[in-house]
Amino acid sequence: MTDDLDDLKRLMDQATPASDPASRAAHIALARKNFAEHQENAAAARRNSERPEGGLIKGVANMLAHMSTRGALAATTALVALGVVIALPQLSQAPLPDLQRRSAPVELQTTAEESAPVGLADEAESPAPEGEAPIARALQEAPGTARLRTRSQGAEPSQTLVAPKMAQRPAPGDDLALPGPGPNTESFSNAAQNTLKVAAEDPVSTFSIDVDTASYAVLRSSLTAGQLPPPEAVRIEEMINYFPYDYPAPQAGEAPFKPTVTVTPTPWNSGTRLVHIGIQGRKPVTDTRPPLNLVFLIDTSGSMNQPDKLPLLKQSLALMLPRLDARDQVSIVTYAGSAGQVLAPTPASARGTILAALDALSAGGSTAGQAGLQQAYAVADSMATEGEVTRVILATDGDFNVGLSDPDALKNYIAQKRDSGTYLSVLGFGRGNLDDATMQALAQNGNGQAAYIDTLNEAQKVLVDQFSGALFPIANDVKIQVEFNSAQIAEYRLIGYETRALNREDFNNDKVDAGDIGAGHTVTAIYEITPVDSPARLTDPLRYGATEPGTDLRGELGYLKLRYKAPGAEQSELIETPIQPGSAASDDIRFAAAIAGFGQLLTGSQYLGDWGYEQMIALAVDARGDDPFGYRAEAVRLMRLAASLSR
Amino acid sequence: MRMKTSDESLAKAAADGDGKAFSLLLERHYDRLFRLAFRLTGVRSEAEDLTQDICAALPAKLSAFHAQARFTTWLYRVAVNAAHDRRRRAATRARHNDGWGDWEANRRAANAETAEALDWLTQAMRALSDDQRDTLALVLDDMTHAEAAQVLGISEGTVSWRISEAKKQLRALRVKEDQA
Repeated sequence: MTDDLDDLKRLMDQATPASDPASRAAHIALARKNFAEHQENAAAARRNSERPEGGLIKGVANMLAHMSTRGALAATTALVALGVVIALPQLSQAPLPDLQRRSAPVELQTTAEESAPVGLADEAESPAPEGEAPIARALQEAPGTARLRTRSQGAEPSQTLVAPKMAQRPAPGDDLALPGPGPNTESFSNAAQNTLKVAAEDPVSTFSIDVDTASYAVLRSSLTAGQLPPPEAVRIEEMINYFPYDYPAPQAGEAPFKPTVTVTPTPWNSGTRLVHIGIQGRKPVTDTRPPLNLVFLIDTSGSMNQPDKLPLLKQSLALMLPRLDARDQVSIVTYAGSAGQVLAPTPASARGTILAALDALSAGGSTAGQAGLQQAYAVADSMATEGEVTRVILATDGDFNVGLSDPDALKNYIAQKRDSGTYLSVLGFGRGNLDDATMQALAQNGNGQAAYIDTLNEAQKVLVDQFSGALFPIANDVKIQVEFNSAQIAEYRLIGYETRALNREDFNNDKVDAGDIGAGHTVTAIYEITPVDSPARLTDPLRYGATEPGTDLRGELGYLKLRYKAPGAEQSELIETPIQPGSAASDDIRFAAAIAGFGQLLTGSQYLGDWGYEQMIALAVDARGDDPFGYRAEAVRLMRLAASLSR
Repeated sequence: MRMKTSDESLAKAAADGDGKAFSLLLERHYDRLFRLAFRLTGVRSEAEDLTQDICAALPAKLSAFHAQARFTTWLYRVAVNAAHDRRRRAATRARHNDGWGDWEANRRAANAETAEALDWLTQAMRALSDDQRDTLALVLDDMTHAEAAQVLGISEGTVSWRISEAKKQLRALRVKEDQA
């Protein structure tokens, strides 16, 4: 006898629709967003995202105490098997259950056991491959986290789950501030890799210079955390420009910077050449520098409350203060929930007052970037006087979303302020939330530098060693245009600068914004070129339409043109020089080539052939040169780390 | 052997701030949640709105999950409460917007529906009270009376009584239909 309830159930099952995939995705995205925000607020109360209770050892002891003998045996085996995982801390930020507070057997349930009426078998699940451990399964369910390979094959369930919890914690003695297991909402700015151009079809290449270094610091923080950086986080020009080079400087009375062009063999392809364009900005004359007005706009939202964020930021800014003197003024504006001026404009000689104001900053609340920015600019306007340099320095972990209803309006606002003489630089701190794309956009529109600060050493480099470069512009809107001679060059490729491409006609248009050079800055751009008679040509010559160039110019490979404006000027100036074949490669140039290779290996470029990490490291070691601050030695260490991680 | 990390472990990890655990948990239960939302509301668009409400509020609510109950039981309770909230808000809105225009529009819509000759399921669900409908939604989702009782925060006896009342009404409806 079927009763009415059975009928109803049958009908109900028929009538119940499946969820709509679009709504499903939207709802889950909403939940994730709310989760992240909720965590931010919770984190403010918690000091950082690490879980508050018990250490690792205590947790394990706890767990053992609650385990059956069989479980304990399994766990002991697991601890042995774990040796490998512990040796490589931070391999995983996997979604993991907290094992500390509960007895182990409860942690895992086989679906077969789930005969309980609620029956929550995971429909989407497929049977586990032979010997694969459950945690690996859990990782597969969460896309993008499958970096961890569990070493204990065919283990008991309770055994394998122990591993990741421990792997989450840094090994003892690991002094880095490592990202917590929190949600990752980073976004990076990059465009598709520059492709090969045929010189006969497209002889002109135009781009804006870029003095940012953020990408290198981001990839360093990824590598030291044991992960290869995501390819979209790698901007090769920022890696190359991270390092100081010693190019010939302009003489007094010349333009504020001087380009030097060198053509050298390509390390990764014997059939091509590298055209290395090195630009050296005039060295700063510190005693005649103009007074500085600095407004620190500091993000104090809840998410900043991690050791590698606000505390590092305070230390970094404190490092910079000794470089300022009584002529300079400093003000501090914070933004979190509501924006507020924490320190009225104060002469930089009153260091105690400034340090006290910095020290009193604490994180809490959500981020209202735009309101803060407006207030910072208002303060900057009040400080500005003729003949002084005024700059807003935005320090944030990238959370710039609340109140930012229209990104374009914000960019326009910054661009307008730039034209009225106030510049904007952006310092990024911490990982997990880094909105690299917005940082880039803001700094580019504000004629400033975007730097990412992951350690106090990096703060030393950006804010102390390169203090004047970061703060005193010597040339604005610097654009580069190269025309290749198709009688000599068959193909060319610009390495990096994907996000900085300009249209050919933008070069002569003074209205189009471009990058800036600070005092003492060096900027490097590298082209890989293929001579017409090279066996390495990837394209066949055209049968028709090849034109002979002008008679006297046949020996030139190409022609380099640079445009720049003196700070505050409306009209641009032009510098031009032909590109001649052959000249000796200095250590600087060879090292830059090694870094260009490094960037291409990290982005999986197809142009490197068999050239790999081994050859790159050999080249970098050989070209390390003087390296007084050890930047290049550090790069070699990172290369070696990347080589190991990529295997 | 098929194994997976339990919902409860994931929920604890998520309550402690693990975003991946939270995502995994939600991915695992979204379809089930939507199904329940449909059974509680009976209309697809309403079900989607209700699911959205629940998804939006879940992160904040999760910190209150302390693993005394199964995660699904807890999740269903959240869902049923959200459905109640929605109904209450809808009722308030209806009172406030009780203009003639709305009333006329509703009347026309109601007429159109009647003309379409409602199927037995809709008629049956309409005939029941909100409480009976909620209880049925859970029990038809293969929950035991005990679990449904836990979700609704009522005694098992009350669940059984509501179900038997609902059965009586369904039988009456059937009889009326057969006579017609």
